[in-house]
Amino acid sequence: MKIFKIFLTGFSGFFFSSSGRSGAKHLKIFALCLSLLVFIPLIIIFSSLFAPSDKIWEHIYENVLSELLLNTFSLIIGVSIGTLIIGVLLAWLTSIYEFPGRKIFSWTLMMPLAMPVYVIAFVSIGILEYTGPVQTFLREYYGRELHYFPRIRSTVGIILIMTLALYPYVYLLARNAFLSQGKRALEIAQSLGYSRKSAFLKSALPLARPWIAGGVLLVIMEALSDFGAVSIFNFNTLTTEIYKAWFSLFSIQTASQLASLLVIIVFLFILLEQRSRYRMRFYQPGKTAFKQDLIKLRGMKSFIAFFFCLTILLIAFIIPFIQILAWAASGIKTELNQNYIKILSNSLLLAGIAALITAGMALLLSFGSRFNRDKFNNLFVKISTLGYALPGAVLAVAILLPFAWLDNNLITIVDKLFGIESGRIFSGTLLALLTAYLIRFLAVAHNSIESDYHRVSFSIDESAASMGVTGADLLKKVHLPIIRNGIFAAIILVFVDVMKEMPITLMTRPFGWDTLAVRIFELTSEGEWIRAALPAVTIVLAGLIPVRLLMKYSAFK
Amino acid sequence: MNSKQTIITIKILLIITIFFFSGCGTDSKNELVIYSARNEHLIKPVFDVYTKETGIKIKFVTDKEGPLLQRLKAEGSNTPADILITVDAGNLWHAANENLLFPVESEILNKNIPVHLRDPENMWFGFSLRVRTIVYNTDKIDPTELSTYEDLADNKWFKRLGLRTSKKVYNQSLVAMMISEYGIQQTEKIVEGWVRNLAADVYMDDTRLLEAMAAGQCDVGIVNTYYFGRLLREKPELPLAIFWANQATGGVHVNVSGAGLTRYSKNKDEATKFLEWLSGQTAQKIFAEVNLEYSANPSVEIDSFVKSWGGFEQSKINLSRAGEFQQQAVKLMDRAGYK
Repeated sequence: MKIFKIFLTGFSGFFFSSSGRSGAKHLKIFALCLSLLVFIPLIIIFSSLFAPSDKIWEHIYENVLSELLLNTFSLIIGVSIGTLIIGVLLAWLTSIYEFPGRKIFSWTLMMPLAMPVYVIAFVSIGILEYTGPVQTFLREYYGRELHYFPRIRSTVGIILIMTLALYPYVYLLARNAFLSQGKRALEIAQSLGYSRKSAFLKSALPLARPWIAGGVLLVIMEALSDFGAVSIFNFNTLTTEIYKAWFSLFSIQTASQLASLLVIIVFLFILLEQRSRYRMRFYQPGKTAFKQDLIKLRGMKSFIAFFFCLTILLIAFIIPFIQILAWAASGIKTELNQNYIKILSNSLLLAGIAALITAGMALLLSFGSRFNRDKFNNLFVKISTLGYALPGAVLAVAILLPFAWLDNNLITIVDKLFGIESGRIFSGTLLALLTAYLIRFLAVAHNSIESDYHRVSFSIDESAASMGVTGADLLKKVHLPIIRNGIFAAIILVFVDVMKEMPITLMTRPFGWDTLAVRIFELTSEGEWIRAALPAVTIVLAGLIPVRLLMKYSAFK
Repeated sequence: MNSKQTIITIKILLIITIFFFSGCGTDSKNELVIYSARNEHLIKPVFDVYTKETGIKIKFVTDKEGPLLQRLKAEGSNTPADILITVDAGNLWHAANENLLFPVESEILNKNIPVHLRDPENMWFGFSLRVRTIVYNTDKIDPTELSTYEDLADNKWFKRLGLRTSKKVYNQSLVAMMISEYGIQQTEKIVEGWVRNLAADVYMDDTRLLEAMAAGQCDVGIVNTYYFGRLLREKPELPLAIFWANQATGGVHVNVSGAGLTRYSKNKDEATKFLEWLSGQTAQKIFAEVNLEYSANPSVEIDSFVKSWGGFEQSKINLSRAGEFQQQAVKLMDRAGYK
């Protein structure tokens, strides 16, 4: 906590002179630079659209494109509806009502976040498929083949799995909204004569919209770019086809064209979301209410609330976690050695640094938007967050290319000037890796900070300015107390995401910087899923640390 | 901000800066850099022995073939990599085709590695064999019923066949080699027959397929032998057995895990020496045994467990065909509805 504050102060110190007057201009340039950083890889991917279409594109168009689009859209629509319902319901229950176990549920329900989607996908198939314990037991019980068992590897199956894995994004942000204003909104609406149900629907829910929409948008982006879980389900989407075009048909060009299509889809969603709350602003007078009195649920109602939370927690986290724990125990001897500790510390270090940098950048981006409320700045900000929607490996290449180009050209210059061999400066260094993480995960941090910023009204800034509080002080003394939950959420989401991240880490890590996710890749690529359980468990446990910290230091109690 | 905070901020930034540049280092002469699609736990044992024997350090990164090739391409003449290792021939062919590899003229390699397991122009060499053959459920099938990959398209296997996803390169190579042998039309008929005969949706990997076969969801399937070995070593009671496919008609399909020298290696002599060493007795034995594969060098003794599966005739068609026909194979499988 303290480290972050110091970090932040130093960070904003770069942009404000002591007077704080020229800060706005600096921040605008900053937003421009940041969007440029994302823009370069995007241009590289989009440039493929102008290349002549080859035979492969024709082949895809004729044979598989309709299936891909159908699958992709069913997936994102299904998963966004699913996460919306589960995430909002859980957030509402745990932030407004009191029932047995609420305190524990309120943070444990966030735990699926730490579990990579492909782990849940793999475990669920292991348990529910033909060879798994459930069907085997039923076959033995009946002494024959089963007449009917729902197909696990189906559209509905993958939607359910992804919903369970991704609902915490919505839960986390929606809870943030309800905690700060839910009950008050509810009370006001009820005092105006609404029933509790319609008070929820008419007042608290619409007020929480920026948060919920931000969460769902993250879910959509994550679902679109997912490769692991959909491959386990053998569910063909645009992303699996991107990889196929690249790895199997050897056409990075077609892969980039498909990726451009993906980015366009995401951009449409972003615009749609923005359009839907055009000219709506969400202000919160005064400071956040920390402790609210909870409404006590009694009898059947409290039992249902308890049971609902428990069920979700069980299937989304506890059962898969126990399963990988059991596998990890069987593989602990072969996996746990000196090297493992190095890998673990690499993961923690990278995720920690990346989380702080990314959250800091996102904060400045949002802060800057307050002084530069023009269309261009808005566009820069939107572009800056597109990196999250791209399949990791495609983004990794697009990031690598400019770095390699810089290296190759710098080398000629340096060589000519000094007559020495300079080696590589960017590609294959931590600078490249952390930049890549920033490009990828800025959306995650930005969405959670930006939605919190929606409730800091501009009049607050004005009154602060009239008292001589501007620049870094405005951020530190006025904004931070209001939006600190959003900042915490941003740090956690990025931390956990970086821990799980695979393709970018694989492609841009320096020698010797293997991480837990890299280890999982090594093992699963040869089908050794059971051995991969230990690094998976470690990722989950390491992800729990920031979730716990969040509980301790914020109002998420 | 006050001065104490400033100092701490500077410290933090300094630490980060140090981390940024810790990745840079000059490539010394006594060091080889390898980009490998073969996993760490399958290659590191080999590297360790080499370092011990020669004192030459080996730095490596692992990734999938696609990103590794792209990385080589982007880095161009500035690449730190000396050697590229893959787990299939198709990607090596593709790397050579993209002008990323450099030919190695070496009598040792030519002597140790059979002709069909290396590139005709010496761009790459196979170092271990990955044999893809038929495995069946011994409770349900008599091995006399089995013969070839093509036969699995026959109606008698209706709803009895199990396959792994067509997205895996092993299946793409198998179909590519079939195209080179039978032509597109005939191969497409065979693949369509396979799809018709599927007992369940295709599986995500060979282990899942083997387990489904043992549980009775399907009777017969096509897998790489080391997956069979790995599973049977843990659960010897499973009713599964290997059948060597196409023994009367050209031999069973093999692929290789192999390597090539990168075009812009700054250390070509040392790298060539390493490749030569890889084809020798010591390395070959470890290279194959860590994963129950077969050594490419035929003079190396086979692991006793692997040997117990019996001997076989292997297809002698040059593996560069797997790369040449891979694109067509993938398209063909798409058309046939093999997912």
